Amino acid sequence: MYAFTYQRPTTLADAAAAIQAEDAKLLGGGQTLLPTLKQRFARPTDLIDLGAIPELKGIREADGGLEIGAFTRHAEVAHSDLVKRVIPSLASLAEGIGDRQVRNMGTMGGSIANADPSADYPSAVVALKATVTTDRRTITGDDFFTGMFETALEPGEIVKSVRFSRPDKAAYAKFRNPASRYAIVGVFVARFGAEVRVAVTGAAGSVFRAEAFETALAADFRAEALNGLSVEADGLNADIHASADYRAHLVTVMAKRAVEAAG
Amino acid sequence: MANPNGIGASVRRREDQRFLTGRGNYTDDFKRLNMTHAVHVRSPYAHARIMGIDFTDALAMPGVVAVLTGADMEADKVGSLPCGWQIHSKDGSPMKEPPHYPLARDRVRYVGDAVAVVIAETREQARDAAEMVVVDYEEMPAVGSSTRAIAGGAPLVHDDAPDNVCYDWHLGDKAAVDAAFANAAHVAKIDLVNQRLVPNAMEPRAAMGEYDQSTGEYTLTTTSQNPHVTRLLMGAFVLGIPEHKLRVVAPDVGGGFGSKIFHYGEEAVVTWAARKVGRPVKWTADRSESFLTDAHGRDHVSHAELAMDADGNFLALRVSTLANLGAYLSTFAPSIPTYLYATLLAGQYKTPAIYAEVKAVFTNTSPVDAYRGAGRPEACYLIERLVDVAAGVMGMDKTEIRRRNFVPKEAMPYQTPVALQYDTGDFAKNLDIALPLVDYPGFQQRRAESKARGKLRGIGFATYIEACGIAPSNVAGALGARAGLYECAEVRFHPTGSVTVFTGSHSHGQGHETTFAQIVADRFGIPIENVEIVHGDTNKIPFGMGTYGSRSLAVGGSALVKAMDKVERKAKKIAAHMLEAAETDIEVKEGRFTVAGTDKSLGIGDIALQAYVPHNFPLDELEPGLDEQAFYDPKNFTYPNGCHVCEVEIDPDTGVTTIVSFAAVDDFGNVINPLIVEGQVHGGLVQGIGQALYENCVYDEESGQLVTGSYMDYCMPRADDVPSFTVRYHEDQPCTHNPLGVKGCGEAGTIGAAAAVMNAVVDALSEYGVTHMDMPATPEKVWRTIRDAAPAPAMAAE
Repeated sequence: MYAFTYQRPTTLADAAAAIQAEDAKLLGGGQTLLPTLKQRFARPTDLIDLGAIPELKGIREADGGLEIGAFTRHAEVAHSDLVKRVIPSLASLAEGIGDRQVRNMGTMGGSIANADPSADYPSAVVALKATVTTDRRTITGDDFFTGMFETALEPGEIVKSVRFSRPDKAAYAKFRNPASRYAIVGVFVARFGAEVRVAVTGAAGSVFRAEAFETALAADFRAEALNGLSVEADGLNADIHASADYRAHLVTVMAKRAVEAAG
Repeated sequence: MANPNGIGASVRRREDQRFLTGRGNYTDDFKRLNMTHAVHVRSPYAHARIMGIDFTDALAMPGVVAVLTGADMEADKVGSLPCGWQIHSKDGSPMKEPPHYPLARDRVRYVGDAVAVVIAETREQARDAAEMVVVDYEEMPAVGSSTRAIAGGAPLVHDDAPDNVCYDWHLGDKAAVDAAFANAAHVAKIDLVNQRLVPNAMEPRAAMGEYDQSTGEYTLTTTSQNPHVTRLLMGAFVLGIPEHKLRVVAPDVGGGFGSKIFHYGEEAVVTWAARKVGRPVKWTADRSESFLTDAHGRDHVSHAELAMDADGNFLALRVSTLANLGAYLSTFAPSIPTYLYATLLAGQYKTPAIYAEVKAVFTNTSPVDAYRGAGRPEACYLIERLVDVAAGVMGMDKTEIRRRNFVPKEAMPYQTPVALQYDTGDFAKNLDIALPLVDYPGFQQRRAESKARGKLRGIGFATYIEACGIAPSNVAGALGARAGLYECAEVRFHPTGSVTVFTGSHSHGQGHETTFAQIVADRFGIPIENVEIVHGDTNKIPFGMGTYGSRSLAVGGSALVKAMDKVERKAKKIAAHMLEAAETDIEVKEGRFTVAGTDKSLGIGDIALQAYVPHNFPLDELEPGLDEQAFYDPKNFTYPNGCHVCEVEIDPDTGVTTIVSFAAVDDFGNVINPLIVEGQVHGGLVQGIGQALYENCVYDEESGQLVTGSYMDYCMPRADDVPSFTVRYHEDQPCTHNPLGVKGCGEAGTIGAAAAVMNAVVDALSEYGVTHMDMPATPEKVWRTIRDAAPAPAMAAE
């Protein structure tokens, strides 16, 4: 990697000041950024490590749902008794991210701010009607992800926490890329009373809701309700591992599996 | 068994203590005073002219010691990397052998081809400066695949290799094959691709060069499977350094799978550069460089046909293969798709006539050479897939068609129509052991149970044979090898009875330090702790040809036995002298030397001491010392063989294939260490499964860019992808021509597994009319096959 200045602020205000440096980058768990630096694909002047800021940490119950600090590692979410009790599907999603090393380092804030199209958390943020709190404002989950590796965050804006609503039923099902084990398709299905949300990650440039699926499931929350339904393959991602029409097919398969898992 | 750590004991690997506690000594672990670091500037283009190299800015970067290019090497008269095997085409002309310089001179021919080397105080400084080297490339059209290479009007990789052909070779009796096809009742045909693979040794390649100005001696420490071969090739052909001034050390090496057999340009660069800059120079590949520049494996496109009579007896086999050799000839590249492939096309079958044609071509891709199995997995895959197709044509059970055509045990030794003579093998026995292991009669019920759950189940067999113990030098020489392929061992008893063994074979994961010590402990009745195995250093080992082709035990172990024979003969003389008996009266058993019919005896330890304290030796008849060396040149190849059975379940909704069970029954001849053999089989099976289901090295056909250049896209098999294996072996058919009766086990798993898995996948999809699928059977490929095969007969019947 290229040389950079490493900073480890202990308050959000210091972090916000530090990130103003030219070409500074925020460092969460580093599971994307550090390999990128090692490959010399990025050349930041400063790395602002968010790991020493207490207000970015912790998991607590809020409004019947959960508020999870941005610097909460995937393994902490996966193993939290609170998460397992309030939104078990979220704990289970976290347990399936990457591998053990990634889960022990990677953070929720880092994951959603990076907005990798094949990351898992964006599906939960959208399906669980989350709101993202930053050092400047609150952004709804629906507005947060704006494109491939793009979010509503402004330059230098820091994610503080994510607040998830508690669904009646929910589950996440994903089909992994055999090589990287990122999601080729991941579908998060959540039911809130008469409302059902189906958020799809991996398949397109950014997480999206499968609205026809939602309507069908709102009427009949069974996998069979999705028979004959599919998302449009046009515009979905395509690579050597999965073509767009295969991804479109997998969205239906994974959505059914998520519905079955949600019970 | 007298010795608890002798032959046949599952001794735990002695070397693992240091490997598992991080105390191994790998090339990159070596540090020298004033050591510098080398980073190569590599071509981003598959094919381009080098119009100029400007390294003025790079030289001015902090810590930079030197920037060297192909022009510097040319000025120093550095030669081309030599090729160790010459093939002649059908018309008798020698293969095309274009030069392969360690640093490209006027043209680059694959992405990763080295054009310059930057040497700096630290690796990071060298990397920084390497980015500042400006190479003026004029991009040329590229050839990214073998099929594109032979298409009319394809760009030429080498101007002096018309149509990109290196050689157009054949083997077998074409007329006899044509005649058999003319009279055949049935013909089975197949077109298949054996895809390119990246070896992916855990330790990336590395090399450190040193030059001692006071003695004029060079030392190369390198990740090699055969340091003596590297010394010979680099010393004699590339750098012009005589053997006595060049030491090559291959310390702990973290896996090779063939990819570290070859002499690579980086080894020559650091050795040459060490003298130029007057300091040690170390280079260590990063993983991206490994993907780009390690010699790759496989990459065949084949058509094959099998002629049968009305009863399914094989009459003749006809094979045509297009082999991709990459941009340059790697050290043993030409031999892999010829003498290590076509000679194995008889498989386990008594097919009386076989004819194979192999056209080998240059492309703008990384060189292709031996990769675990090297030619034999390609042969096994082709035959075993074709036999399954033949079973379909005949409507025969897949085990029955194999059994009907096996070379019977009674026919051994058996001369195949493709040059080899099998010494032993009981192929029916392998199958007989395997069938109960997998409950073959219960398969149809298991298939029905899977179907009830919406899944597709298939079973696949692969009965393989390989030629290992490479190789009889006279045979190899007649076939174009430019080296002998014997092995050397030295057994040195020390005065207090401990033993150091020097072997020319090399362990990079095989466990020589354990198995070779077992052989010595067994022979002399001494504790295994008293035996040390030394390998991988040309200044310590008399000579050696290294480790590949499952040859260490069959050839290196045999050399060890020959050396122990000599030690024992000498010890017997000493014992006779000490016991005041006639040499002919001395009986030897496990290191105990006894005067026949008496209780007078000596242990080997007493004799060793006397050998070095020869106070009353009759020096005219008896030399002091107990240190003997031997070379062993095998009389024939060895022929490990076996039967692998794989059962898979496919999820038609996603196309995911899950291996439900895998049984491997192998005949490795006699087994020295069952634990290590089982480990070798496990590793081999996973690599074979990797090829069948996951691994695929993809180059863009037009641009020659490597698409799968990292683990994000190149899929390695992981522990959770494979089941617990059922592994069995029998020792009923020991090799008849080496003293240990061993055949070799290092490659077997890789050779049989891919065919067994793919036969199972195709079997699972058979209800959709599928008769073949190319590897890897990725989820999308399987799903698409099912989708496009609609309506499936079985589904339609529901």
